[in-house]
Amino acid sequence: MHWRNLGGRLKKTLRSIWMPFAAIPIALLIGAVVLFLAGYDPLKAYAAMWQGAFKDTTAITEVLIKATPLIFIGAGLAVAFRCSIWNIGAEGQFYAGAVAATATGIYLGGLPSFVLMPLVLVMGITGGALWGMLAAFLKNRFGANEVVTTIMLNYIAIYITGYLVTGPMIETKGLFPQTPRISENAWLPRFLLPTRLHIGFIIAVLLALALYILLFKTSRGYTIRAVGTNAEAARYAGINVKSNILLAMAISGGAAGLGGAVEVSAISYRLYQLISPGYGFDGIAVSLLVGNNPLGVIFSGILFGALRSGSEVMQMSAKVPSVLVFMIQGLVVLSVVAFGVYRAVSMEREE
Amino acid sequence: MELVPAILFLQSILAATWRMATPILYAAVGEVFSERAGVLNIGLEGIMLIGAFAAYSTAYETGSLLLGLVAAIISGLLSGLLFAVFTVTVKANQIVVGAAFNMIGMGITGFLYRAFYAESGKILSLKTFLPVDIPVLSSIPFFGEVFFRHNLMVYATLILVPLASFILYRTAFGLSISAVGEHPKAADTVGINVLRTRYVSILIGTSLAAIGGAFLVLAYADQFVEGIVTGRGFIALAVVVFGGWSPWGAMGTSLLFGVFYALQLRIQAMPDVLIPYQFLQALPYFATLLVLVGLTKRRVRAPKALGIPY
Repeated sequence: MHWRNLGGRLKKTLRSIWMPFAAIPIALLIGAVVLFLAGYDPLKAYAAMWQGAFKDTTAITEVLIKATPLIFIGAGLAVAFRCSIWNIGAEGQFYAGAVAATATGIYLGGLPSFVLMPLVLVMGITGGALWGMLAAFLKNRFGANEVVTTIMLNYIAIYITGYLVTGPMIETKGLFPQTPRISENAWLPRFLLPTRLHIGFIIAVLLALALYILLFKTSRGYTIRAVGTNAEAARYAGINVKSNILLAMAISGGAAGLGGAVEVSAISYRLYQLISPGYGFDGIAVSLLVGNNPLGVIFSGILFGALRSGSEVMQMSAKVPSVLVFMIQGLVVLSVVAFGVYRAVSMEREE
Repeated sequence: MELVPAILFLQSILAATWRMATPILYAAVGEVFSERAGVLNIGLEGIMLIGAFAAYSTAYETGSLLLGLVAAIISGLLSGLLFAVFTVTVKANQIVVGAAFNMIGMGITGFLYRAFYAESGKILSLKTFLPVDIPVLSSIPFFGEVFFRHNLMVYATLILVPLASFILYRTAFGLSISAVGEHPKAADTVGINVLRTRYVSILIGTSLAAIGGAFLVLAYADQFVEGIVTGRGFIALAVVVFGGWSPWGAMGTSLLFGVFYALQLRIQAMPDVLIPYQFLQALPYFATLLVLVGLTKRRVRAPKALGIPY
């Protein structure tokens, strides 16, 4: 381990964080134009959004709650993306984790809390990791492009979930397409009551930290990144490319699956069709925004959590459709891309 | 199954196959141009959504399907221009930009639809392109129903595919596209303008993707709904790979998907089938996976410079 580089590495992390924050005004400005053209008052809409995200402690904790799945997913994706595995399938891996966790929380509900709670999380990791490794297997064994396979596995996971919550796992009353509640022994503790903030947020931050250390402070992380930079060269250097791809997808899928398990065991307490409103896709942007740095993901995750949480309030109080936030997120990504190029050009000039 | 019902069943599935394949085929043929030039556009899904909304809103407001189609093409060109600026001029990572386009497409079309249509209380349906029966041929039993009773956007694919194939393999422009996608540096050395070739290929790709999106509202469903593309843009990406980066290959593969789409819709509509409908809906996606796996044997190589900015 080379802790001496920590200062430089932190500086790099900071540099990767400021860009998304600087990109926000640009994205919001373009969003304001769209809002204005559609006949809304942009200032009123954004004021509602700001209120929704930062008004009081409850609002802020809701932002952190929304950020939690994004941090899990984004931190995992950072590992896959550093290995140049374009995992677009975090959505499906999130669902796989949520299904495994819910099944454990319901069918093994009699277990004592200190066994069941961690077991539910471990099963979530396992479900997500297996779903992710399936795509890695198809790539390694058959050369199937992971961009396509992971997207297809998303749809399949979502439809299987739809089947489970309307069929075999539907609640006993059978009124709604959802499972019964999981055993209370599996519920993750909340703190800062009466808010809904839960220890899942802390687990997410710790996971991001752990994956950061794995990627940048261990030899395993070095080989993962070497495969990502140049798979051919890595192979010549004696690195087993396929096993690193498998590992990167297992980590990435496992992290997303853990996100799904936490969502079930801390927030919804049950599984239903649309348990993820697209976290898996937001997570891609969350990771890319900060140059696939798991530490940076904590901040970009909170940023996207704030956008999402704020946009829901914007819809309720200013009657502005919240889907607009997807456009703003996309524009944030594009602005960061543009900034990145600007920086590269100015660095060339310095040399 | 008795013979006559079996034939009717087959006829109804095959008749829907080409129509189901059409939106994917437009997007896939466009993406063949883009990828042969070395540019991977995973933002197809978002661009199809933008094309669908542009077509819908224009056709709805003007009452002209043709203007709707024109609007879709313009929206495709504008999206493509932005995509090209980022991926070619700025040399940004193509996956990153494509992912951003999917978000933007979903966000802006969902927003505008909700702002202007969803709760407006207006009747939202369009009068779509009607099937045009080919005289004489359409009355041939079985084949008439399967091949000769479609709308113009479906028939147009019969021109699109050979035309695309001709341009790619028989014209100087098509050959420079491949050169740029295989070895941009060498292409540059012999005087091909790499950046311009990539721009044009991207624009062809995005305008065709937008037409594919427009098909969904002008010639398939009669109105826009949020996320109406439902993964067809992603499936088109798989089609390009499986079709070996050729327009005819894309057509064959799209038709294969058309069969799965038609099959699952048909089975869903049958009252006495006990397969859960979610499994049927998952069928086209599952088939994509199988197809990709089965591909190993006769694999066509991807363009060498695919995904790499120049």
